[in-house]
Amino acid sequence: MKRVINYSPGRGPGLFLAILPFLLIGFVYLTASEARLAVNPADKLMPSFSSFGAALARMALKVDPLSGQYLFWTDTYVSLLRLFSSLLISTVIGLVLGIVIGFIPYVKAGFSALVAVISLIPPLAILPILFILFGLGEPAKLILMVIGVAPYIVRAVALTVGELPKEQMIKAQTLGGSSWQMILRIVLPQVMPRLIDMLRLSLGPAWLYLIAAEAISSEGGLGYRIFLVRRYLAMDVILPYVAWITLLAFLMDVALVATQRRCYPWYNPKEG
Amino acid sequence: MTTIAFKSVSKEYGGVRVLEDISLELADHEFLGVVGPSGAGKSTFLRLLLSQEQPTHGKILIDGQPIAPEPSQDRGVVFQRYSVFPHLSVLRNVTLGREWAKAPLTGRLRGQERGEVEAEAMRLLERVGLGSSADKFPHQLSGGMQQRLAIAQALIVRPKVLLLDEPFGALDPHTRKSMHHLVRELWEENQMTIVMVTHDLSEAFSLSTRVIAIDKIRYDPQDPTAYGSRIVSDIEAKSKIVRESRKAEAVRMLEAVA
Ligand SMILES: Nc1ncnc2c1ncn2[C@@H]1O[C@H](COP(=O)(O)OP(=O)(O)O)[C@@H](O)[C@H]1O
Ligand SMILES: [Mg+2]
Repeated sequence: MKRVINYSPGRGPGLFLAILPFLLIGFVYLTASEARLAVNPADKLMPSFSSFGAALARMALKVDPLSGQYLFWTDTYVSLLRLFSSLLISTVIGLVLGIVIGFIPYVKAGFSALVAVISLIPPLAILPILFILFGLGEPAKLILMVIGVAPYIVRAVALTVGELPKEQMIKAQTLGGSSWQMILRIVLPQVMPRLIDMLRLSLGPAWLYLIAAEAISSEGGLGYRIFLVRRYLAMDVILPYVAWITLLAFLMDVALVATQRRCYPWYNPKEG
Repeated sequence: MTTIAFKSVSKEYGGVRVLEDISLELADHEFLGVVGPSGAGKSTFLRLLLSQEQPTHGKILIDGQPIAPEPSQDRGVVFQRYSVFPHLSVLRNVTLGREWAKAPLTGRLRGQERGEVEAEAMRLLERVGLGSSADKFPHQLSGGMQQRLAIAQALIVRPKVLLLDEPFGALDPHTRKSMHHLVRELWEENQMTIVMVTHDLSEAFSLSTRVIAIDKIRYDPQDPTAYGSRIVSDIEAKSKIVRESRKAEAVRMLEAVA
């Protein structure tokens, strides 16, 4: 008998093991749902897979008579637009502030405490302030998401810059690099692949603030829809929407990993 | 011509004295080996000469002028590790110094200028034996090749002094040997001064023209931090004699021919 830690599955069994829990969860849901529907065919809490299909078809393939739109797709479009713009703004703020704070001692002395404190403010607690200041429209929602994500990126970038080996910076100076040239060609390129890791970690909070903002005030979006149909206990819509949001988040994560592998082959190299 | 002078330099870190009263005159085209026990302050000595640290007392002159208070192009450096940039290809690592000199704003060159700099970098890479690795990333190179790259990268800006801090400390004996040859040859070709820190005495003596040993000579058991290291011996090494005699030989040959 070898130690447990020395047994590892091959490719095929590994894949099977990865899929197995999903199948199990699906099976458990299906049995429970069938049992409830057998007792009460009008049960709304655990709809059958076929009612999910019907609800999705209604939302995604038919034009909504009230708004004249395919609700599923407009919700998706509106939410993704909000998510991507907030991530873009946060990334730009995070890169610029993070690099100058991490690289320039005087800026660090002046700003790092401020950023640390700002990052501790619970964004949802100041949502009412945002609504008062910016109204119920898009800006308040974007600002909420940016406040939720940007301080983390600023701090993570600043830390990353601080962790670059000091020898590199000395070497760069002996090659005649100015502070600006060092930012452009030594610091920024080495921050980029790590920024992708930070974005991956930020996806969770970004979705959280997106859905919170949409739930409270919105005219559309995935979070808005979920909270809207909640009034009718429409689990047949809510669960597919949740699954869709999860799938979108998963695909973004996969895309970020692929970008990192592709664009930064020197980063985290597996072997020599 | 490059001369280096330490004028009674000392260095303290928060009251802890590491180096004291270091005075040294280094003639042109010397290869100085700095030896001493671990923790004696060899790296500190090098960091002072690099302006990575400022002396607490005394001053350091190159060619009679005080050195710049921050690292600059006249003093190149190769550390034991982290001397090359992992995100740049071997070729880009070497062109960097030139690109920065010619493109202050963008830090990178395009077109013909870039071609010229690349050709220059390739010659250097060929010289250190990395001609066929120009497109690789540093992590694809062995430890010895990375140090060759670090040296080529430093040489492209033509420093007056090349500073080496245990540059071969992490290499296997065979690779070490070939690096010794390379460094000796580059030193002779480039008419520069080399200051090399090592804890390997035989390495110091086989490469250098002059070897200094630094160590604590006084020690107060009541106050272990009261005294710092000084230069405890200063020796002309074999290479110097070999070089001088080789020069004399060449002159004699010339005279004989004439
Ligand atoms: N930045 C620093 N702050 C405080 N002490 C330092 C610093 N750098 C070096 N020292 C101390 O100076 C002494 C000499 O260090 P170093 O020059 O690295 O020795 P060596 O290279 O000879 O092994 C050590 O005792 C070390 O702890
Ligand atoms: Mg050392």
